[in-house]
Amino acid sequence: MTTPEIDRTRLGALAEPASGDGRGDDVVFDVRDLSVSYSGNVALKDATLQVRENYVTAFIGPSGCGKSTFIRVFNRMNDLIDGARVEGTVLYHDRDLYGDGVDPVEVRRRIGMVFQKPNPFPKSIYDNIAFGPRVLGMKKGLDERVERALQSAALWDEVKDRLKENALGLSGGQQQRLCIARAIAVEPDVILMDEPASALDPISTSRIEDLIHDLKRSYTIVIVTHNMQQAARVADMTAFFSVEVRDDGGRHGVLVEYDRTTKIFTNPSDRRTEDYVTGRFG
Amino acid sequence: MTSTGYTPAAPDLRRRGIRLGDVLFRGVSLAAALAAAALLGLITWKVIDLAWPAMDAFGLSFVWTEAWDPVKDLYGGLAFIYGTVMTSLIALVLATPLSIAIALFLTEIAPRRLAAPIATMVELLAAIPSVVLGLWGILVFGPWVRDHLEPWLQGAFGFLPIFSGQPSQVGLLPAALVLTIMIIPITSAICRELFVRVPKDLVDGSMALGSTRWEAIRKVLLPYAAPGIAAAILLGLGRAFGEAIAVTQVIGNGNVIPSSWFEPADTLGSRIAAQYQGATSVLQAGSILYLAAILMVISLVTNVVAQLVVARFEKVRRAY
Repeated sequence: MTTPEIDRTRLGALAEPASGDGRGDDVVFDVRDLSVSYSGNVALKDATLQVRENYVTAFIGPSGCGKSTFIRVFNRMNDLIDGARVEGTVLYHDRDLYGDGVDPVEVRRRIGMVFQKPNPFPKSIYDNIAFGPRVLGMKKGLDERVERALQSAALWDEVKDRLKENALGLSGGQQQRLCIARAIAVEPDVILMDEPASALDPISTSRIEDLIHDLKRSYTIVIVTHNMQQAARVADMTAFFSVEVRDDGGRHGVLVEYDRTTKIFTNPSDRRTEDYVTGRFG
Repeated sequence: MTSTGYTPAAPDLRRRGIRLGDVLFRGVSLAAALAAAALLGLITWKVIDLAWPAMDAFGLSFVWTEAWDPVKDLYGGLAFIYGTVMTSLIALVLATPLSIAIALFLTEIAPRRLAAPIATMVELLAAIPSVVLGLWGILVFGPWVRDHLEPWLQGAFGFLPIFSGQPSQVGLLPAALVLTIMIIPITSAICRELFVRVPKDLVDGSMALGSTRWEAIRKVLLPYAAPGIAAAILLGLGRAFGEAIAVTQVIGNGNVIPSSWFEPADTLGSRIAAQYQGATSVLQAGSILYLAAILMVISLVTNVVAQLVVARFEKVRRAY
């Protein structure tokens, strides 16, 4: 991994990392003027932001604001949708993610993803975790790798005696932590989480949040959530998205404000952000 | 408010008259269900009744006797059981990978604009009446098999006894190939349905882990759909077992188990269709009905197994 050159003048207020623990020094994703459309319908327009290393970056906003569309740009999952079109620049460690010769499969090997609904494969717990390493040919020390991933996802103690059992027998919260373990088993650089706790009960949700706190030491995390408290609890940086209605009646998402989480929730610069985080959003 | 001495009447909850619609509906549907069950019983009884002369004369040994001699009035079903199982198995072995490939192409690879018309066309293949397909088998496909496919097979695999002898436009192989064409629309349509129903999250989850599309198909989509594919194959097999007309047109109606796939053979369904009208003795007619009874048993077993597999599949799917 190379350390990218950062143009500090462009970072403005964000130039000084404030975590105090060395996190956030480097920029992982540098997104400029990003627009995404599906079969000609614009879903997200002109978004510009930077995702910093080992930070938890939260995307919040109402339904249809393009936050899920945005997160799927980072691992090129939108490529799997017919008619999806991505415009603008997305630099990943200074490399153009959408440049010529970039293989989406290679991208996804470095940028893992956790989905809204837990989606374990109908295989054993072990085979779920081993899936990624096997696909990528990391066959050496597979047992240790599986154990490490499950431990990182705080699931090892609960499943170590039943690794051969079907993963579908786990509870929803356990399944989601299994999916997180599955993502980190291939040692990615970034973990994307698309509303990872929205289908879970409060206790499972809180365990996932604790896990995010632990994981940010080793990974850069981008999380989409429509739970504002969750963003406030876990995120270093928060991006607020909103829906804009065009003259022709169509709607698309826009990035309204991107700043430190504390700033977004206590002293936002934009009126729309303030309305949303204080619950006045219509 | 003070009491006025008025108490409202208790609501009358008794049924007012007969609900004619309900009664009629229940009666008609009960009659239809009973009629279907009774018909199955009647047909089974009639087949056994008509087959009785042969069952009485040959007993169970009819099943493993290879004979069909109207002159000596000596009959056995082995050659036709062999022909049925063999043609159907060849058809299945060829149709299964083709059907899966067609279904994968239509659901995973083809752009939507192309997938819909192709899917319709493949399904329309099933709409060709089997007698028309058989005619095509006689006039076009059989001669092609004789002139091109069989000589090529003989050149490449001639050391195998099944590809020995004189290429012919009628025989076991052309019949199996016609059956293949007949079952592909069924199995590929079921496979397509299965693949569409695989949760998108599973394939996405695989892709997000850095698998290629083929790896996602092979490691996630196909295993998930596997029990359903097995059921589709069994349904295709049921279709192949039962087909009579198209097979009788191209199989050559042989009386013995052929050593080569190029030689004439015959199946249960084909023999029944071809000879019942011309049966010259009570024993021959009975033997043909005996073949029918065997065919019914084979079809029944295939259907029951298919349903067991489907039931297992449903259980797995509900777990997800």
